[in-house]
Amino acid sequence: MATERNMDPRKCPMPVQDPQIRKSNFDEVALGYTYEMAVNEAKRCLNCKNKPCTTACPVSIDIPAFIERVANEDMEGAYQIIARTSSLPAVCGRVCPQERQCESKCVRGIKGESVGIGRLERFVADYHREHCAELPQRPEPNGHKVAIIGSGPSGLTAAGDLAKSGYQVTIFEALHLAGGVLVYGIPEFRLPKIIVQKEIDNLKAIGVEIQTNMVIGKVLTIDELFDMGYEAIYIGSGAGLPRFMNIPGESLKGVYSANEYLTRINLMKAYLPDSKTPIKHSKKVAVVGGGNVAMDAARSAKRMGAEEVTIVYRRGMEELPARKEEVEHAQEEGIIFRTLTNPVEVIGDENGEVCGMKCVEMELGEPDASGRRSPVVKEGSEFTFEVDTMIMAIGTSPNPLLRSTTPGLETNRRGCIVTDGDSGKTSRDGVYAGGDAVTGAATVILAMGAGKAAAKAIDSYIRSRS
Amino acid sequence: MQKERIERIMYQIVRKESLNPTVSLMEIEAPLIARKAEPGQFIIFRAKEDSERVPLTIADFDREKGTVTIIYQIVGGATMELDTLKAGDCLQDFVGPLGRPSETDGLKKVAVVGGGVGCAIAYPIAKKLAGLGCEVHSIAGFRNKDLVILEQQFRDVSTVLKIMTDDGSYGEKGLVTNALESLIQAGNEYDEVIAIGPVIMMKFVCQLTKKYNIRTIVSMNPIMIDGTGMCGGCRLTVGGETKFACVDGPDFDGHLVDFDEAMHRGTMYRDFEAHAREASCNLLKQEG
Repeated sequence: MATERNMDPRKCPMPVQDPQIRKSNFDEVALGYTYEMAVNEAKRCLNCKNKPCTTACPVSIDIPAFIERVANEDMEGAYQIIARTSSLPAVCGRVCPQERQCESKCVRGIKGESVGIGRLERFVADYHREHCAELPQRPEPNGHKVAIIGSGPSGLTAAGDLAKSGYQVTIFEALHLAGGVLVYGIPEFRLPKIIVQKEIDNLKAIGVEIQTNMVIGKVLTIDELFDMGYEAIYIGSGAGLPRFMNIPGESLKGVYSANEYLTRINLMKAYLPDSKTPIKHSKKVAVVGGGNVAMDAARSAKRMGAEEVTIVYRRGMEELPARKEEVEHAQEEGIIFRTLTNPVEVIGDENGEVCGMKCVEMELGEPDASGRRSPVVKEGSEFTFEVDTMIMAIGTSPNPLLRSTTPGLETNRRGCIVTDGDSGKTSRDGVYAGGDAVTGAATVILAMGAGKAAAKAIDSYIRSRS
Repeated sequence: MQKERIERIMYQIVRKESLNPTVSLMEIEAPLIARKAEPGQFIIFRAKEDSERVPLTIADFDREKGTVTIIYQIVGGATMELDTLKAGDCLQDFVGPLGRPSETDGLKKVAVVGGGVGCAIAYPIAKKLAGLGCEVHSIAGFRNKDLVILEQQFRDVSTVLKIMTDDGSYGEKGLVTNALESLIQAGNEYDEVIAIGPVIMMKFVCQLTKKYNIRTIVSMNPIMIDGTGMCGGCRLTVGGETKFACVDGPDFDGHLVDFDEAMHRGTMYRDFEAHAREASCNLLKQEG
């Protein structure tokens, strides 16, 4: 069917909750395209031959093909195309940095704005969830067992792909709820937990078993998993260990790691009015860091009732590693950005509570190894400002529990598991790894891509043995 | 390894016993944890679906029966909820064994000091040491006679047992540090002192043992969420460095721990706890 193209140079804007209203609720900020918006936006795709967007997708979704289905109003057909390669489309449509991946390569982006690929992906996944009650069918079992450590995006993706090929997959999760960073880290207003739960239910329907409360490395080791009959193991345990700055006063009451702050709010539901989870009800909050986690923490603090929330970042606005959309949303909600600023000390009162922080101003010097201009302290620029809560969002590193209990598992200086190329193969036979456990803190979609590649490698490994 | 064992883990309470008016014991079916548990390690429990996650040091374990014993004092909403469960009920979540086991290698003579419900954690270490042929002197301190727990158990594994009460209603009147100092002065040469109890008690035990230059291990029990190193809420300053009690501990060299900071951090949610305690009390009253 021929569709008439929509030659509007701009993509259809995403309807959002009004910033003045949303800054005090945890409901989703982006409301999603309507049916008409989706069809109309889909018609902006030129369906070009080279599909540069697909090459920039870590899980290689056939983007023009699914968008063409949307343009032709075949939403279920569109969903089936995405589902062939992605196990978590409703999640990716929301949290992927599309502007740095598929959309950055879109031909329409040369003379205007790229097609809203992420927004269309989200629409298709949501439409499927709302209109298709049918759970996926469990494939014919092939008689082989695979264990997956961690139920975050990488583990869920590997589990989904392996289960679709007939493997009996067990996911071991350390917390009481499956989902990893999707449930403890990313807030409800950016990724409603019901969506994560639905994706997990789909995996269970195809036979994936999830064992919660299982800290592998403690209750069972990797060697014991092999003894239990698992033929291969995928480690997707993420990078959960928070970094601190090692400045004076970091142990004062009111200094949180972003992990702790977000876990209390998301996983432990401190945002609900009758929650049993304690959390500080702050007035003036400083969030240190400039990534997506920093934005999540700042916007959560605002919603928890803080009057003034400031992002403190040592580089400039241009260098903020967070997605542009997240920064804009934060600004709309009244988050203050104090860039080129670095804390040097947390100040406490006589009760050991945070009452302020001492900072220095920074200026950008020569580019460092990462290519970003490295910040240097401006002499004599020290100043203090009043805060009662400080949230450290300066990164995380992989948990040492597995590497310290798995003989022969090679890790690097930063504690990341060493793998052989894209397959995720580790120094231990039959053990594969991917996601943040290998790369250090990165994105949901890169973790999914790694889970996907490892599932393929595990499949050929098990086939080669039997 | 029995595969079927992990298929359905229910964390059923097989035994519940009241040790004193505010301290109870629960023996819980958790075969995988029981298989690996060592003294000094802890579990995290959630009593019900919306409960908080709370760490508790393992009080005992039975590898044959596949059970883990916890001893808890009712201090806030979460332990109150736990206490509403009876034998036969199941906990929502029970995860472990977390943390590093207590080190017992090469110890020949040790003083084990427990304070209040901390005795529940001190006991399994005393028991393990005794089993390894180490001479154990135990000092157990309580506010008064009604609060004394585990006396017989300590007696069975110790060559010397001193029970101390604040008001002298049982054992000797005085603090655990008084008893420890008199044992030291009586010529006992300890390879190590192990002190487990309220932070303030551990602080004073460490002040005393520093004076006599006796290596002292303390077991810290700070606020934490996940117990795997993820939240950083349990951080302590030990020898000037930041340590996470959940993965680096919970045992630390007591002469290096910043106890004042730990005490401050322990009060982080005091108001919230008091409120939760009151709210739960009212709720339980209504139910009753």
